[in-house]
Order: sequence, then C-alpha cells, then structure tokens
Amino acid sequence: MTFLSEFGLVFLGTIRDVLPIVLLIVSFQLVVLRQPIPNLRRLIIGGVYVIAGLALFLIGLEKALFPVGKIMAAQLSDPEFLAGDGTVDLTSWTTYGWIYLFAALIGFSTTIAEPSLLAVALKVKEVSRGAISPWGLRITVAIGVAVGIALGAFRIVTGTPLYLYILAGYIVVIVQTFVAPRDIIALAYDSGGVTTSTVTVPLVAALGLGLSQAVPGRNPLLDGFGLIAFASLFPIIAVMGYAQITQWLAFRRVEKRLKGDNR
Amino acid sequence: MKALFASSILIAVLSKLKTSLKDLLPIILVIAFFQIVVLQQPLPNLAEVIFGGLLVVVGLMLFVQGLEMGLFPIGEEMANALARKGSVLWLLVFAFLLGFSTTIAEPALIAVSAEAGEIAAQGNLIAHGEASLQSYALGLRLSVAFSVGVAILIGVLRILRGWPIHYLIIGGYGMVMLMTLIAPREIIGIAYDAGGVTTSTVTVPLVAALGVGLATVIKGRSPMVDGFGLIALASLLPMIFVMGYGLVVLD
Repeated sequence: MTFLSEFGLVFLGTIRDVLPIVLLIVSFQLVVLRQPIPNLRRLIIGGVYVIAGLALFLIGLEKALFPVGKIMAAQLSDPEFLAGDGTVDLTSWTTYGWIYLFAALIGFSTTIAEPSLLAVALKVKEVSRGAISPWGLRITVAIGVAVGIALGAFRIVTGTPLYLYILAGYIVVIVQTFVAPRDIIALAYDSGGVTTSTVTVPLVAALGLGLSQAVPGRNPLLDGFGLIAFASLFPIIAVMGYAQITQWLAFRRVEKRLKGDNR
Repeated sequence: MKALFASSILIAVLSKLKTSLKDLLPIILVIAFFQIVVLQQPLPNLAEVIFGGLLVVVGLMLFVQGLEMGLFPIGEEMANALARKGSVLWLLVFAFLLGFSTTIAEPALIAVSAEAGEIAAQGNLIAHGEASLQSYALGLRLSVAFSVGVAILIGVLRILRGWPIHYLIIGGYGMVMLMTLIAPREIIGIAYDAGGVTTSTVTVPLVAALGVGLATVIKGRSPMVDGFGLIALASLLPMIFVMGYGLVVLD
C-alpha cells in the first residue's frame, strides 16, 4: 500500500513537471498555429509512456541507487575507514585513492544510464545517418564525466580554487574548438549539458558533501559544490578529443595508402 | 495466430528490456565491486534494492519508447509548423517560453536554490529570517529560468541566422570568467552547478528535436552543424545570470 501511494505521488510529480510543456504546445497549436496535430493518438500514447517511464525510473532510483550510493559515499569518506590502522595522514591527497576510483567509476556508470544522454545519442544517430554510434558517444561522454568527477574529488581534497580548474578547462575547450572537425563541435558542447541530470547529480552531490566533511579544513557549504561543473566540462573535451583522434587515424590511413601507391 | 502475435510482442518487449538492462549494468558492477572488495560489507535491504533496480530498467525502457513515439515527433512537428508559418517572432516567443516554463518547475533547481539560500544566510550575506531566505531562493530560480529562456531564444536565432556556435560559446566562457572575478565568492560554486541542473530529462529531447528539426527545414543549414548547441547555451547562460544575480543581491 505504501508503495502504491509512493508511486502515485511520484507519478503526480512527473505530470506536474511535464504540464508546462503540454500547456505550451497545446496553446501554440490552438492560438498560433491553428491546426490539428498530426498523429495525435500516437503522441498521446508516447507522452503517457514518457511520464510512466520517468515515474518508475525515479522511484527505482529512490529505492535502489540513491540510498546505496549515498551510503557508499559516506562509508568511503568516513575518517575511520580512511584512517585504517591509524597511521595515515588525512590531509594528504594520497590517502583518498579509493575515493578517486569510486568517483570515476560512479561518474562513468551513472552517465551510461542517464536518459537525457540516451535521448541525444539516439538523435545523433538519426542525424549522422549512423556514422556516430549511440554507444560510442555515450562511452566517450562517460569517460569525460569519470575524469571530471575524479579530478573534482581531488580538488576538494587539496582545496585548490574551483575557478583555476574551470579556467584551464575552458582554455583546452577553446583550443580544441579551432582544431576539431567542424561537424562535432555543437554536439560536443551539448554533451556537457546532458550528462548531469536525474541519475548523476544526487549521487555526485552526496559524494561532494561527504568528502568535504571528511577532509580537515574543508567547508561543506563552500567546497561541496562544483563537482557538477566538472562533470559538465570534461565531456566536451572528451567528445572533441575522440573526434580529433578518429580524424587523425583516418588521415594517417589515407597517407599510408598514398605512400603505398607511390611505390 | 493470436498466440504468435502475443509471443512476437513478448520477444520485442524482452529485447528492449535487455537493452535497458545493459544501460544499468555498469552501475551494478561498480556497486558490487566496492561492496565486496573495498568496503566488505553486505548491502542493507538487498531485496528492496533489487526491486528498485527492476523499476529503473522498466522505467528506462518505457521512457525510450515514449521518446520515439511522443517527444521527438512533437519537437520536430513544432519546428516544422513554426517554420512553415514563417513568423520569426512567434518562433522566438515559443523558444523563450519552452526554456522558461520547463526550468521554473524543475525539482533539482528548487532544491539547489533552497540550499543556496541557506548558504547565503549562514554567511550573513542576506538578512536572516524565512521571508528573506525565500525571496532570495525565488529570485535565484527566476534568474535561472529566465536565462534558460533567453538561451533557447538565442540558440534558435543562431540556427535561423547560421551564426557559428563557437563564437557564442567562447564569448559566454569569457563572460563566465569575467563574472567569476567580480562575483561574491559564495555564489560561484552554485552558479557553476546551476548550469548543469537546468536541463531536465523531458526538456533535452524536446529541445534537441526542435533544433535538429529547424536546421533540417531551413535552407542552407546542416542538422549536424547547426541543429545541436541549444542545450550547451542552456547550460552556459545560467552561470552568467546567477553570478549577476549574486552581484546585485549580495554584497
């Protein structure tokens, strides 16, 4: 019974989130466009699937992933677990090896399950006529998030200012923009925004909060933030980097073939 | 005949479930590895966790099905219909409202702005008391929603005019760095994170379909080069606006 009422609440919440969009589209169809929507029945069924799917997804996350992830983040950043036999230094960044690994792996795996990224990957497959595979894009973005979150955890431990990392990241992105294949640039920028939503944000926020409480001298209110910014920046670098590498490899293949022909 | 039909549906559903399960597999492996190898503790409420995991898989499957049947087609249809109508003004109004209305109700944003209110109160940056806290949080939400509306509007204008995306993004980065130098320190972390939380799971597919749809319909635009980029702008502009808000409200 409690499950049913819980489901009902999440379901209503999802409907409330979708409501502004439905109102906007319906009022534009009626007032501005003044024409019937084609395939209305199919659209409505699709809309119901989206709402029911998101509601189930969110309840599942609340039941399974978030409690486990938060417990694990808390356990891993627990000074008792970190201290081990009591001889380690909590202020040294090398003490937190498991945290960096956990940060990277949880960043990677939650990004693979992120529905927004899945949606963009499907759209990209359609637009590029299959040239960019959804799995290729998702794995590249997930690697970017993994590196970003691990580096973000390192930043919290060492306490260096956030803007230095963001500034350095921006410079890399700007340089890459001028050398990466033109087709990939807009998509790369977009992949920064889609990585951080339903699945990634709550887990990463729990990690940041736990970590900034565990490391001596960190203020959770000031240092707990910023992990999400890392998770948005590094996928951009990863996607452009991937495109550069594939372009370079293709270029080298052509060059080799040309050399072979000359002989 | 009926049995054949039913079994073919069953096979289709099972194969979709398998795809969704594959999406979730990395998380399962990571959690299992850390519980067994590193933490060496049993999971509390294992049954509930497994049940929750099943819900996630079924939910993801339904969501993907709904994307292809509902969200993608309606986004493209709106792009087509508005482009056919030929009114730039209505297209821009639609773009702004799409960004604003989907962001103002976003639960992640509500949570972040409430938290930001508490930080500001603790740092004695705003007056203490429930009223000033709430008005601060509301102001934050409004500035983020407004900035996402403006971002989608600029993004649509870019597709219409064919401006290269990187000038907009690099200009935006410059603004972010400039604002970082002058904005109060307490708002910076929140501002950077605000960029990430604005784009929700329902907004992203709609906005992607809108952009690609417009770039397909309008002559001389390529869906790959011009269709994407709306989400990037919607993540960038909130950072600038939130720091601006901090600059005006806090001191």
